[in-house]
Amino acid sequence: MEDLSTGSESDYSNSWISWFLSTKGNEYFAEVDEDYILDRFNLTGLNGEVVQEYSRALNLITDNLDEESLDDDVREAVETSARFLYGLIHARYIVTSRGLSKMLEKYRKADFGRCPRVYCYQQPLLPVGLSDIPYQKAVKLYCPRCEDIYSPKSNRHGSIDGAYFGTTFPHMLFMVYPQMIPGKGQPVGSSSVADVNRSLANQQKSENNGGSGGGGGQNSLGSISTASVANKAERYEPRIFGFKVNEDAKLSRWRTAKRDAQISRLENLETEQGQPNL
Amino acid sequence: MASSGPPVELDPDELEEEAFDSSSQASSTATSTLTWINWYTSLPGHDYFCDVHEDFIEDDFNLTGLQAMVPFFKEALEMVLDVEPEEDSSKIPDVSIVESSAELLYGLVHQRFILTKVGLSCMVEKYEAGHFGACPRVFCHATPVLPCGRADMPGIDTVKLYCPNCGDIYTPPSSKYASVDGAFFGTTFSPLFFQQYPELLSAPFFATTPSSNSGAAQSSSRATPVDSPAAAPVGGGTFTNPNPHGGQKAALGRVYVPRIYGFKVSERARSGPRMKWLRERPERFDELDKVDWKGRFISDIQGQGQTNDGDDELMASLSKKGGGGQAKGRLFDDEDDVVDDDDESEEEEDNVPPTAVPA
Repeated sequence: MEDLSTGSESDYSNSWISWFLSTKGNEYFAEVDEDYILDRFNLTGLNGEVVQEYSRALNLITDNLDEESLDDDVREAVETSARFLYGLIHARYIVTSRGLSKMLEKYRKADFGRCPRVYCYQQPLLPVGLSDIPYQKAVKLYCPRCEDIYSPKSNRHGSIDGAYFGTTFPHMLFMVYPQMIPGKGQPVGSSSVADVNRSLANQQKSENNGGSGGGGGQNSLGSISTASVANKAERYEPRIFGFKVNEDAKLSRWRTAKRDAQISRLENLETEQGQPNL
Repeated sequence: MASSGPPVELDPDELEEEAFDSSSQASSTATSTLTWINWYTSLPGHDYFCDVHEDFIEDDFNLTGLQAMVPFFKEALEMVLDVEPEEDSSKIPDVSIVESSAELLYGLVHQRFILTKVGLSCMVEKYEAGHFGACPRVFCHATPVLPCGRADMPGIDTVKLYCPNCGDIYTPPSSKYASVDGAFFGTTFSPLFFQQYPELLSAPFFATTPSSNSGAAQSSSRATPVDSPAAAPVGGGTFTNPNPHGGQKAALGRVYVPRIYGFKVSERARSGPRMKWLRERPERFDELDKVDWKGRFISDIQGQGQTNDGDDELMASLSKKGGGGQAKGRLFDDEDDVVDDDDESEEEEDNVPPTAVPA
C-alpha cells in the first residue's frame, strides 16, 4: 500500500498526496503534480467560499501545514477540506495533457475496472462525473466500447463525488488520443489488455512517424474512419427454444435501422468532404 | 414468431398431490437433516438457484435424455434425492466424481424446472426479492436482473445476468458466480420469464414526459424531442403497451450523451458517439413497424427503388442546394421528412456554402 511511487518531486515518501492515493478506495485518483497545485492560476475560483479552511487545506496537500499546532477538531475539518480540494483540483488536472497521460496509464492497467456488459469483452473503463458541481452525483464509469455509463461495483468507489473527475474527462481523452478508441466488436486478441497495448503501440508508432505526417497537425492515423465501426457491435438476442421473441426482435430491427442510418449519414459526410472525419 | 405462453408441463393440482406424497416419504428417511438440494443451493455463489421440487426430479419424464449427459447418472440421482445407495458402490472410484455428477444433474434439471409454471413462480419470488442483483447500467436505475445462459449445453459459458430494461446481458459482479454454468439456467428461461410476467418487462418505446425522471440530473439530460405531446402514449400516469404480449412496464429510456465542457460531442468527430442506437427506443409503439424484417426503414427502401444506389441522401442534399431538378428535389424532400432521423446533419448540410459541394 505504502510503497507506491510518489513521483519525482517528493523526496520523502510520506507526502500527503501519496498517502491520500494509497488509501483504500482512492484507486481512481491520479497523482496531481505539485507544480500544478502551486500555480495559483490553476486554482482560480477555488477559495474560502468554496472550500472551508481553504488555505490550511491547501497547505496540507502541499505538506506545508504544521499539523501539531492544531487541535483534533480543526485537524479533522482541515483533513476533510483537503480531500475535497484535492478532488476539485484533480478534476481540472486530468483534462490537461499531463493529467490525461497519467490517466491513460491507469486506463491501460484497468485501474477503473472493466465493463460488465458481456459483449464489451472486459473493456477497461474510465471514470466520469454526471455533474461538474460537487455534492450532486457519485462517480460513474464510462465504457468507450458501448459508450454507456455504469455504476462502480464497490461501495467505496460508488461514494466518490463525480465532480472530482468531471463530465468532460473521458471524452477529452479520446479526442486527444483517438488511437485509443477501442473497436466495437470482439477484440482480435484474446484479452482486451492486449487490445489496449496494441493500440498504444500504434500510437507510439504514429508519434515516431509524426514528422512525416500530413501538415496542419494532422495525425498520421487520421485516415482511419470510424464511420462504420458500429457494424461490428454485438448484441444479445433473446430466444425461446431457439425462436426470437417478437417484441425484442422488433426493437432490435428498429435499432439496426437507426444504426445503419447513422452509418450511411457518416459515410455520406465523408464522401462529401472527400476525406475521413477528423 | 414468439411462442406466446409458457409450456405447462405439470398440472398444478397434480403437482400439489405429488408434493404431499414426496414430503411424507422424505420425512421418514431424513427428518431433521438438511436435504442435498437445500445444502447445495445455500452454498456461496449458488444463490441464483431455486430449490427444484423433489417430485419434479422423481418424474422420469423430466429427466429424458439426461442419462446420456451425466456420468454415474444413477448414483448422482440418488445423491440429489438423498436416497441411500442400495447396491455396493465399489465400482465408483471416487465420491467427488459422483458429487460433480450430482451438481451437473441438478443444474440440468434446474434448467428444465424453471421453465415450468411452478419453477417460474419460484424464480419470480426470488426476482422480486432482488436475489439476482441489479443492472449496473446507470440509466437502468438498479432494475433487477435475471440469470440467463448463452448456451443450453453445459461447459460452454458461465451464467450471465439479463436486464429487462436495456435488454442487455452482464457479467455477475462477484467472481463467486464464475463457477456457475450458464446452462443451468439456459437460453430460454429469461425471455420466457418475461413473456409470463410482462409487467416486469420494459416496453420497447419511450416517450419523454415531464413527470418521469424530472428529479434526475439535468446537466446530462437526454435530448430526446419533447415536443410531441399528442403522440405520447403515456396518459395520466397509467401506462399501456398496445401489444398485450409485450413489456408492460414504462421504460427507463434515458441514454447517456457524452459532453465536453457541456457541449455534446459531435457525431462528425472521430471520437464522436457511434453507439447511441444500442440503447435508443422509438418514442411511439407504431414507429417499430416502420422497419422491415431486414432492419431497414421502409421509407428508405422505397426511395432506393427510384435512385440508382444508396446515395439518395447525398443526392437529395445536392438537389436542394442546386436550383435544378425541382421535381426530383421535391420528391426527396418529402422522403427526408418521413425518415426524419438526421435533422442534425441536414442542418449542417444546409449551412455548407454551395462552393463546398463537390462536383
